[in-house]
Amino acid sequence: MAEKFQLNEVEVWDGNYAASQALRQAQVDVVAAYPITPSTPIVENYGSYVADGYVDGEFVMAESEHGAMSACVGAAAAGGRVATATSSQGFALMVEVLYQASGMRLPIILTVVNRALAAPLNVRGDHSDMYLGRDSGWIQLDAFNAQEAYDLTLCAFKIGEDMRVRLPVMVHQDGFLTSHTAQNVYPLDDDTAYKFVGKYQPYEEMLDFSKPVTYGAQTEEDWHFEHKAKQHKALVDSRAVIDEVFEEFKKLTGREYNRVEKYLMDDAEVAIVALGTTVETSIVAAKKLREEGIKAGVVAPRCFRPFPFDDIRDALENTKAVAVLDRSAPMGAMGALFNEVSAALYTTPNRPLVTNYIYGLGGRDFAVNDAINIFKEAKANADAGYITTPIQQFSGVRGPKLGFFETKRGK
Amino acid sequence: MKGVLATEKRGIRELGAEEKVGWDEVPQGVILESFEEVLKENVAHIRPEERPYSDFNSYTATVASWRVIKPVYNRDICIDCQNCWVWCPDTSIISRDKQMLGIDYDHCKGCGVCVEVCPTNPKSLLMFAEAEEIEDALAKWPEKKKKSK
Repeated sequence: MAEKFQLNEVEVWDGNYAASQALRQAQVDVVAAYPITPSTPIVENYGSYVADGYVDGEFVMAESEHGAMSACVGAAAAGGRVATATSSQGFALMVEVLYQASGMRLPIILTVVNRALAAPLNVRGDHSDMYLGRDSGWIQLDAFNAQEAYDLTLCAFKIGEDMRVRLPVMVHQDGFLTSHTAQNVYPLDDDTAYKFVGKYQPYEEMLDFSKPVTYGAQTEEDWHFEHKAKQHKALVDSRAVIDEVFEEFKKLTGREYNRVEKYLMDDAEVAIVALGTTVETSIVAAKKLREEGIKAGVVAPRCFRPFPFDDIRDALENTKAVAVLDRSAPMGAMGALFNEVSAALYTTPNRPLVTNYIYGLGGRDFAVNDAINIFKEAKANADAGYITTPIQQFSGVRGPKLGFFETKRGK
Repeated sequence: MKGVLATEKRGIRELGAEEKVGWDEVPQGVILESFEEVLKENVAHIRPEERPYSDFNSYTATVASWRVIKPVYNRDICIDCQNCWVWCPDTSIISRDKQMLGIDYDHCKGCGVCVEVCPTNPKSLLMFAEAEEIEDALAKWPEKKKKSK
């Protein structure tokens, strides 16, 4: 029987510690991991909990991230509650197995501390790894600070393991900005947290010898499409369960989460759409601009996958101009978040003017002033009635101003 | 050609000839159940011909259509050493109580490993064309090879 961990009402935790505590409280059966910066402390802390008797489950050090996720797939198929952590290159090495996990409908929890992808080698935070996972069939939740990293990791188990969902879930947080910044965190006590997450319910587990099953069957052109269609529907339909779990969490803690978070949006004329720590920076900027009479607001997808197409549209359809911020090198295209937000807004009568900003790559700082400048450009677009700048711009990069594509609308 | 110790369901369907169902009916996560009912004892203690194999189990499928040469078994020479049973990669050698009984032609792919490992002289298993009748094959069986001095 695992020892109880004594926790204060308020703890000073960084995002990594917060995530590792949530994994411990969920009483995971198997954690198989290969530590990598900046998510190393999640695995390291968890290893300490195991060594100190706070965990009943198994802790497996794998020989690579590919091996770590493979061990997680095996353990989950065997019928256990399973979790791990990774970042960046490790995430990239896991990708092949991420698709296996979601295709086999195994509710594994992956805490991802977002970091840039090489080359050039970089350990700092951006969203390249999060974007790399966006077609992998996992639910992707995004935490903007340490408290949220803790809360959402607990919620992730309850969402993924729900019999109506049975899908793996990633909980993202920004490398260093969240993972290594100590903040006040209000944890639940061990019993309350475990009661919220609930006892693991196996489904078609391989260790049930009275009912042997095959995992990972081959399907060709006559079966594959139907299985992928079913998987996509499960992911889209998980929205209702995510809402339910967030509602239950709110009743327990008073902390409210939504698949799309809205700040100062009731009367907003211009809005920033962003992910991660940039959301809080943008809120500070919006508050300052409101003192100058600019009706600025912020919209943030808490749930990156399944993409909240309808809620994003509802949140933004009454604005005049929207700036969508992508913290991942778009490499020959518009930013992914820009594309998805634009597609949602294209179906509204108003069709706000949407621009794209690439920013913060490799941990480049994104300050309040950067957000203010973006809001002001959006305001200029709103006033002009058309996009006055290139549609895609780079914010915070040295050298001559970098922008691509002009509008054909209204100019 | 039904083999020994086969249930009625062994090899009754060609691979890929399953009834096609829509996305709403395929099993979640492509998790395929091997048996039609929950087993009451360890499957290793249930004889193959008594197992309730499901349509998802390869036991009920045949791959014989793509075999071009087949092993033929000669009971008169076999010494029941079980070498072929041990080495067959597709559990297609049927043996019971350490006595060789025959070949599962629904699952044998004609690889020839059983012939290779057969220690008798002449061999108790030989490869013949798929179309060759078993009786004709047995009639053509070679004589014992004499040691050359």
